[in-house]
Amino acid sequence: MWSLFARDIRLNIRAGGGALTGVIFFLAVIATIPFGVGPDLKLLSRIGPAILWIGALLACLLGLDRLFQADREDGSLDLLVLGNDRHMLALTVLVKCLAHWAGSVLPLVVAAPLLGLFMNMEPLGIGATALTLLVGTPAITFIGAAGAAVAVALPRGGLLISVLVLPLTIPVLIFGVSASYGATADPDPFLQPFLILAALTLFLGVLGPASAALALRHGTD
Amino acid sequence: MRLIAENLGGERGGEGVFSGVGFALDQGQALVVTGPNGSGKSTLLRIIAGLLPKAEGRLLIEGGGDDFPSIASACHYLGHQNAMKTALSVVENLRFWRDFNGSGDSSVDEALETVGLGGIGHLPFGYLSTGQRRRAAIAKLLVSHRPLWLLDEPTAGLDKASEARFAALMMKHCVAGGMIVAATHLPLGIEATELRMGEATERLPQQGIIS
Repeated sequence: MWSLFARDIRLNIRAGGGALTGVIFFLAVIATIPFGVGPDLKLLSRIGPAILWIGALLACLLGLDRLFQADREDGSLDLLVLGNDRHMLALTVLVKCLAHWAGSVLPLVVAAPLLGLFMNMEPLGIGATALTLLVGTPAITFIGAAGAAVAVALPRGGLLISVLVLPLTIPVLIFGVSASYGATADPDPFLQPFLILAALTLFLGVLGPASAALALRHGTD
Repeated sequence: MRLIAENLGGERGGEGVFSGVGFALDQGQALVVTGPNGSGKSTLLRIIAGLLPKAEGRLLIEGGGDDFPSIASACHYLGHQNAMKTALSVVENLRFWRDFNGSGDSSVDEALETVGLGGIGHLPFGYLSTGQRRRAAIAKLLVSHRPLWLLDEPTAGLDKASEARFAALMMKHCVAGGMIVAATHLPLGIEATELRMGEATERLPQQGIIS
């Protein structure tokens, strides 16, 4: 299993892996917002956490279509499915998700504090948003894996995956943003939405890979 | 160990491709599946591997023990694609499959030496020619042990010398108690039972030497 994780990370980093695509897209989204809404520093800092979350969410969806499709095209997916007796397929999918998250999504979380400065956010708000992104983005990857597994056979499945997955990620977005606001705006709570966010990630960490494995098993042809 | 198929039927997209295919394969035996394009050779192999659901019939492996409880766990499937990543080197690819599938008789270097790719293991897989890619994929069969090899056009793209080397490898696998089911148009140069697809589907396989 560790070897699968290492392989996927390596593929992500090497040429054509697209580890940087997400970060550059994220940067592009956040950098254009101040031009769009105007140089109102108060407004920017107020909408900052929400914009960071939306940007990260969209950037997460960007690379998802390659999660299984690359493996399907070169035949590796067949062998991963056949390995079900040794390594349960859901577990294989989970490891692939974690590798995808570490390779493509973790850079977004690392870049988020810097981009928070673009939005005139205060340090506490930046820290809280980065923390909620760290805890919440795996959930997006797990749901995305289910979408990617369903659309694996489609040659241009990227858009379909986004459409399938986006509605399901809304709870993650809501609790992520409300926890980020809770850290700075005083009467709002931080801990409760943050814990629900963590619970969502854990819940989807089971449900996502299991349903993705089911879709992959029935999708081989 | 024994692989048994009875009255097997397969379909693609709801259309029946073949039906009534049956065979029994003992240890040390090889089965060569031949037939015209579209007769269902690849479909049969994928059904045996469990990658496609069978339309009818029975398919089982006997005597696999705890190590190989199902056909999927007992087989190496070598399809049209080589299941290797072009961005990784040949050695990295093979090392991954060895770690993932469990180690076999040969180390990665030995397996590359066996298929005649010694010395180029450090190259990215994408730099290799078609025949070299196929040979690297064949090396994948050697780095982990599986009693049953399911081979779909295994010699496509191989030159004469590599074909002979691969035939020797298959013989060695059979002598060691392995089983082979190969779909092919080209003669493989091994002693095998032939299963002809596409003509009379209700026919028993004939014993013969295909060379």
